[in-house]
Amino acid sequence: MLTLPHYLTLGAILFCLSMVGIFLNRKNVIILLMSIELMLLSVNMNFVAFSRFLEEGSGQVFVFFILTVAAAEAAIGLAILVVLFRNRSTINVADLDTLKG
Amino acid sequence: MSFELFLFYVFAAITVFGAACVITVRNPVHAAMFLVLTFFSTACIWMLLEAEFLAITLVLVYVGAVMVLFLFVVMMLDVNVEPLREGFVKYLPWGAAVGLLMFIEMAFLITERYFRSENYPIPAASAADYSNTQELGRLLYDKFLFQFEVAAVILLVAIVAAIALTMRRRPETKYQKPHQQVDVKKSDRLRIVQMPTEKR
Repeated sequence: MLTLPHYLTLGAILFCLSMVGIFLNRKNVIILLMSIELMLLSVNMNFVAFSRFLEEGSGQVFVFFILTVAAAEAAIGLAILVVLFRNRSTINVADLDTLKG
Repeated sequence: MSFELFLFYVFAAITVFGAACVITVRNPVHAAMFLVLTFFSTACIWMLLEAEFLAITLVLVYVGAVMVLFLFVVMMLDVNVEPLREGFVKYLPWGAAVGLLMFIEMAFLITERYFRSENYPIPAASAADYSNTQELGRLLYDKFLFQFEVAAVILLVAIVAAIALTMRRRPETKYQKPHQQVDVKKSDRLRIVQMPTEKR
């Protein structure tokens, strides 16, 4: 039968994969943003699963708010990326050392 | 194995495959498309969890808006991906080790007695006339009204920030000045000269 640990395991796998993604693509801001989106998705998966198995709707409302914040974060992150590329002609994280002091 | 479990495994496999491709493919456009695949199959899994409204929202908001925004930005910026890939192989063992360690820790937590399936009995399927959207709306506009309005303010701030960040006035572009155009008087533009007519 389809039980809670199934969903929790899937969420854990997704979260670890996005964590590995941040390690692997530490130069590429675009993939870093995508990895963060994946992380938020895995967290949402746990929220929805617990909401179902505890029969409590508040978990789904929380997912709603996480989606809102994630969309806002993606929009601002991509805007920063565009400005960055316009000014520096690169999105390589290693080249962004202006504030190094 | 019930049909539900079979569906779950299929969608979970697609989700994990998509996520793995997102972090490993070379081309950012392909990564964005694989992220779309991941979101889509996750929406299917949420359907299995009877969260229909959120599943549709995930497809509409993420696949329809956020991922299109990602694709726009990826295609607009002419990024040379080769230098961004350097260190990929070098960090692969470290990343894999940390990811595996983290997963083992989480697996310990999940298989621990608190989250055992016998503590969380499978709830009965909802009735045919049960509306997930209605329930969610009732919670959102009643119990969580204040938080809902805060979310609206967050979205507004995001709009203002994104526009303010990306808008720029190019110094070389010429603009009209409407207030000067409106204020202009006849004497500024029109000069009446008197000259004798020419002889035939």
